[in-house]
Amino acid sequence: MSGLLKGLQDVRKFLKLLGTHKMGLVGVVIFVILGIIVIFAPYLRTVNPLRTGLYENILVPPNAQFWFGTDHLARDIWSQTLYGARIAFLVGFTSAGVTVVIGTLVGLVAGYFGGKLDEVIMRITDFFMMLPYLPLMIVFAAILGPSIRNIILVISIVYWPYTARVIRSQVLSLKERAFVESSRSVGASDRLLIFGEIMPNVVPLMFAEVVLMVTWAIYAEAVLAFLGLGDPTTISWGIMLNYAFNMGLMTYAPWWVIPPIACLCFTILAFTFVGTAVSDIMKPGYREARGL
Amino acid sequence: MALKGFAGFAIRKISAALLTIFVIICVNFFIFRVIPGDPVRLMFGDPRVSPQKIQEMYVRFGLTGTLWDQFVAYLNRLFLYGDLGYSFARKAPVLEVIASKVPQTLMLVITALIIAVALGTLLGAIAGWKTGTKFDSIIITISLTFYSIPTFVMGIIMLLIFGLYLGIFPIGGMVTIGAGLTGFAYVRDVLWHMFLPCGAIVVWYIGEYVIVTRNSMQDVLDQDYITSARAKGIKESAILRRHALRNAILPVVTITGVNVAFAVAGVIEAETVFGWPGIGRLVFSSVMARDYPVLQGLFLVFAVAIVTANLVVDLIYGYIDPRIKVGGGQ
Repeated sequence: MSGLLKGLQDVRKFLKLLGTHKMGLVGVVIFVILGIIVIFAPYLRTVNPLRTGLYENILVPPNAQFWFGTDHLARDIWSQTLYGARIAFLVGFTSAGVTVVIGTLVGLVAGYFGGKLDEVIMRITDFFMMLPYLPLMIVFAAILGPSIRNIILVISIVYWPYTARVIRSQVLSLKERAFVESSRSVGASDRLLIFGEIMPNVVPLMFAEVVLMVTWAIYAEAVLAFLGLGDPTTISWGIMLNYAFNMGLMTYAPWWVIPPIACLCFTILAFTFVGTAVSDIMKPGYREARGL
Repeated sequence: MALKGFAGFAIRKISAALLTIFVIICVNFFIFRVIPGDPVRLMFGDPRVSPQKIQEMYVRFGLTGTLWDQFVAYLNRLFLYGDLGYSFARKAPVLEVIASKVPQTLMLVITALIIAVALGTLLGAIAGWKTGTKFDSIIITISLTFYSIPTFVMGIIMLLIFGLYLGIFPIGGMVTIGAGLTGFAYVRDVLWHMFLPCGAIVVWYIGEYVIVTRNSMQDVLDQDYITSARAKGIKESAILRRHALRNAILPVVTITGVNVAFAVAGVIEAETVFGWPGIGRLVFSSVMARDYPVLQGLFLVFAVAIVTANLVVDLIYGYIDPRIKVGGGQ
């Protein structure tokens, strides 16, 4: 377990370094704002985002009562936008968690054991990466039925090979290093070598993968929802856009469209910026250049 | 000897691609069999269909017998008759439905690709050439932004800006309905409609080409032959054209193939937003209609397109790059 602790320390060092990167800082600031919205959405909202309103309140432009206006069922756009952040974070982090855990385990096993096993696993990942991921997600989501759980499942099925490949190539170089060799020479088991020696060293890489996968997962949820495969019992940014689009009201009611669009852009850009910063920081020489 | 090396390389690549396509075909079969529920029921989705009709459909779609019998029947229909199934929503064979939409998509994608490759490599090369300058940092930030924003989001933004506020481009469809245009006027009308969907795809593509070309350019500029060209006193513009650009282009060829998968997603999104009548829009309308046979067929078409594109790029690359030719012979 001391290995895991060391890994967590690495993550903390990492976050500190992130503060020195301009793009990363912007990303982190947006991320914190979104995090506050996610946590405090019930207090920031004006009404229940799913509660339909009175007939005369259908599609009203922004005013004092409805800050961002209303949709075709007279529901409050401001409250919907806030709750959309919750769905984005829920789907984003859960899918990223599942994807990175699966991908890391597969990558560790393939990289560590090598040989035939590695070859078979890599063929499988190659095959998955060759599939048209959006049509694949659409087919799965359409068959499994629209729900948050299924969307998370679909995203994980499609994205794990990307993480597996990244982790594997890191493991390949790690397992040749002296500290692994010395553990092996005193008789450490495969399990101890994988989880005690190698895994702590891929924790920063896993962190980078989580950031990337959150971005991809938020995108995937949004596009699936926009195409009509979102969970109809919830409100997400993609679902808001899907309703506006299906009603043919995109240009009639821009107040309905602009909030989810802006939120999606900010969220995805925030994670992209953090991701860029993370990969910059991990390049050798970044710390040295800044005297850290 | 070199040709023999390349031939060996080509044969290996082609057989790997064929194997991948075969596995995809199998996956396509099993995806729709392992799911809970009944494929015929799924296809109909209407509980009022009579049991006789259902039984008829079981026979018609080879859903009788063991899973293995079904699989053999499926392969038979696919390979002998090119039968991808029947769309109940559209009352037509799936192959026909898809084939009728392919030309519109190809027109859109090829136009977008040409524009994006030309502009993207140019901007990326200049950015790489001038690494660290203001121009470079502006270009790279914009590219990264465009590259990360989903195509459908970008499409909706363009729809609002151009369609609503500026009102200069039509926001949907491929032709002005009821205008009855012919000849040159028709072509102009189509191009006019193509502007926004094409633009949404181009914006994403360009970002990608800029980033890749820039990185490749930076790598090339570090090479010894550039230094020696400079030492010889060759003019900077000549070094850029004759030495740097040529070598920096190679990775651009690779990404075109590798990222067809991403392009497929972009096309689905752009066509949906702008109502462009291609196979991307067909994905959306099939989802809406829960038209599983068409979705299944589209999945296969996209997968084969991706594998083929990758194969073509691999072969071109193998032909250009002498190291692969030699390696392939061993």
